Amino acid sequence: MSSQDIPEENVPAERATDDHAEHGHGAVAVADEQNPFADPGLPPHEHRIQDIDERAAKRSERLVALLFVLSMLATVGFIASYVAIPNDKSVFIFPLGHISALNFALGMSLGVALFAIGAGAVHWARTLMSDVEIADERHPIEAEPEVKAKVMADFKAGAKESALGRRKLIRNTMFGALALFPLSGVMLLRDLGPLPGTKLRHTLWSKGKLLVNMNTNEPLRPSDVAVGSLTFAKPEGLETDDEDFQKEIAKAALMIIRLQPDNIKDKQEVEWSYDGIVAFSKICTHVGCPISLYEQQTHHALCPCHQSTFDLSDGARVIFGPAGHALPQLQIGVNAEGYLEALSDFTQPVGPAFWERG
Amino acid sequence: MSTTTTSDSRSSREKAPAGERVADWADGRLGIYSLAKSNMRKIFPDHWSFMLGEICLYSFIIIILTGVYLTLFFHPSMNEVEYHGSYIPLQGQLMSEAFNSTMHISFDVRGGLLIRQIHHWAALIFLAGMFVHMMRVFFTGAFRKPREVNWVFGFLLFVLGMFTGFTGYSLPDDLLSGTGVRFMEGAVLSVPIVGTYLSFFLFGGEFPGGDFVARFYSVHVLLLPGIMLGLVVGHLILVFYHKHTQFAGPGKTNNNVVGMPLLPVYMAKAGGFFFLVFGVIAAIAAIASINPIWAMGPYRPDMVSTGAQPDWYMGFSEGLIRVMPGWEINLWGHTLVLGVFIPLVIFPLVLVAIAVYPFIESWVTGDKREHHILDRPRNVPTRTAFGAAWISWYFVLLVGGGNDIWATHFHLAINSITWFVRIAFFVVPVLTFMATKRICLGLQRRDRDKVLHGRESGIIKRLPHGEFIEVHEPLSQDALHTLTAHDQYKPAEIGPTVDENGVERKVSGAQKLRARMSEGFYGEEGQIPKPTVEEYKEITSGHGHH
Repeated sequence: MSSQDIPEENVPAERATDDHAEHGHGAVAVADEQNPFADPGLPPHEHRIQDIDERAAKRSERLVALLFVLSMLATVGFIASYVAIPNDKSVFIFPLGHISALNFALGMSLGVALFAIGAGAVHWARTLMSDVEIADERHPIEAEPEVKAKVMADFKAGAKESALGRRKLIRNTMFGALALFPLSGVMLLRDLGPLPGTKLRHTLWSKGKLLVNMNTNEPLRPSDVAVGSLTFAKPEGLETDDEDFQKEIAKAALMIIRLQPDNIKDKQEVEWSYDGIVAFSKICTHVGCPISLYEQQTHHALCPCHQSTFDLSDGARVIFGPAGHALPQLQIGVNAEGYLEALSDFTQPVGPAFWERG
Repeated sequence: MSTTTTSDSRSSREKAPAGERVADWADGRLGIYSLAKSNMRKIFPDHWSFMLGEICLYSFIIIILTGVYLTLFFHPSMNEVEYHGSYIPLQGQLMSEAFNSTMHISFDVRGGLLIRQIHHWAALIFLAGMFVHMMRVFFTGAFRKPREVNWVFGFLLFVLGMFTGFTGYSLPDDLLSGTGVRFMEGAVLSVPIVGTYLSFFLFGGEFPGGDFVARFYSVHVLLLPGIMLGLVVGHLILVFYHKHTQFAGPGKTNNNVVGMPLLPVYMAKAGGFFFLVFGVIAAIAAIASINPIWAMGPYRPDMVSTGAQPDWYMGFSEGLIRVMPGWEINLWGHTLVLGVFIPLVIFPLVLVAIAVYPFIESWVTGDKREHHILDRPRNVPTRTAFGAAWISWYFVLLVGGGNDIWATHFHLAINSITWFVRIAFFVVPVLTFMATKRICLGLQRRDRDKVLHGRESGIIKRLPHGEFIEVHEPLSQDALHTLTAHDQYKPAEIGPTVDENGVERKVSGAQKLRARMSEGFYGEEGQIPKPTVEEYKEITSGHGHH
């Protein structure tokens, strides 16, 4: 809706005092008998001490020069520090503590060198340059009606000469061509990455893969996992220097805890556990942070990023926070040699939810 | 022109000074004299709040200067290398080349750490400066015609600055920033239908892949700063073109600009201020460590530290994601991750809320005039209350983003903080709006009182019949003018919907909405009528005035 629909009465009249605009600087403020609120014009200029006392002006000049000299010295200090202070030297500076001597010396000398230039320039401007206020006129941004009329006429002439409106065939095909060609650019983005496929549904875990302790790099036996402890594990065969280690561990990271078997409330959790040992995905189902805080008394696991809290004794269901669903559990057992092994891959995708997750 | 012609004031034998000859040369090719004629002595008004924008401009320049230096040493690659630099605790660790080269900059390039810290500190100050500068412009109504476009430019700079900051602090591929990137991946995955595809295209496959550092790098050093540089230049051109706003005061009108000239005063003040800002940031970088990636270590998707926080300007989005209930809808084999997707949608809406306000206000007022005199925030209570409500909203979300920090520092339960934020998200802006509006109206009443009855002088007088009164001192004409210089709108009315012949006039919903908003803005509840000359004269003429 245009504002023409409503009368413009609500817009206040132009300020009545605008005729005072031509009061130049130093105009004597005359109290207006008619309008006590009228603009009295610019107040007279008040002299600074530097304007009337040459000695004060000299003092200002010396201070400005001193600041500039200080800046020069600080730059010399910067160069000297760069050359003289070894990169690994640490120094105790109260109250900062032990910090890098070179970083401190370079930063402070650079800081002083720059600050002194700025302080000198500002002091110079404030004390020695004229501080007489000057009024400059403003002109409306809008063009004068004649200018606008000329532009409209020019545009009409140009548009008419182009015959764009008359030759519809040219116009329509041109629009078509211009609308289509960016599709080439969109196509070129296709190879930014592969299609998702079912990649997010599978991890390195599969039947028979041993659970390897993340810290010791040794396969885990049930006796290695004490009640109340939290152990992080990875699938057998995945090494930190593998090329796709980051990608694989982002899905396969596992946390293992041991509960008293009769403390486990969830039926499936008991079935998929081994003697109270349960293995859950370490990757939070909210936005994928690794969950690493475990509270052994309550069996709660907390994601340190967004505080989603999961009850590991109850199928790792969400009891607080922004996560939308429980942590996937890995079904585990013990192989013939007595090592913990996975009995299958995760049966549902690990990590953050996505459209195709279902 | 013949070769012997020189300027009029000089004989043809005398040569002009070298500087003038260079200027002549340039003028003949670039027309610099016409440019200088209108700009060299351009007047800028003086007020402390006008330097906030300068802080942003200067920190932007500092970021570009230091950023170029950092590119000389940084390797935007995720190829895995073993660390053998001079920082002992990480010896032999596997890390990406990005992390390795950032370690190299921090420990083996002399002054590298300083430049890194200046770069990061300047980025924080840039964003904080833009936030405060934007608030200055907002609360004083400096966004009104003809400056709406420049408001939008500034807003875009703020938003692009956030994303440039995010892509920048993700580059070292350290444990903290990698966690932030993982969060971004989770957020992208939550987008219905295309989220999984977007994530695979962004990361070149599954997270984290081997591409995102190189991709973020070109976005961070070329794409976004390039756009921002263009916007900054446009922003400055418009500031020059529109001429700066000024506060009301004696001699200051909507048709003039009162202050001091660019040459020499503002050349020295603004030029000097660049060095002040740079100097302060250098000193901060000398004493305050920022983003110590060596303490966090290289990124591993299966590791995290507690107390993980993004840079401050991303904190409000962190708040949204933390306090949102984990809603998930599973239907027909698909998952709608509302718990993540709703915050992802609200995130831009929070920003857009403040960006579109100027256009809403100009629609409500229907005012088509140019405004160069700034409003005092109290004189526009609804706008001020809206701005304050928006800030309170922003800060509620910042609290949500740091709920773990609040919990550990103030010994509060994380659950109660989260619930507080969930409720406060809706309640606090409303309360802030009402309180701010009341405060503004109170201040308007006080101004009215001061104009009509003068300033409290602190002198107590006893009248002959024993009554004590305080002597009020009349204000100077300067003060009277300044306190009454603001415009007051009348609420827009729809008028009778039935004319004298009983014919009903159609009133659109938009018109009704506008009238209602106008009543809210400028009705009896929205402003205190400013004193009129008649009121003033009646009171000061002595009748019944003590």
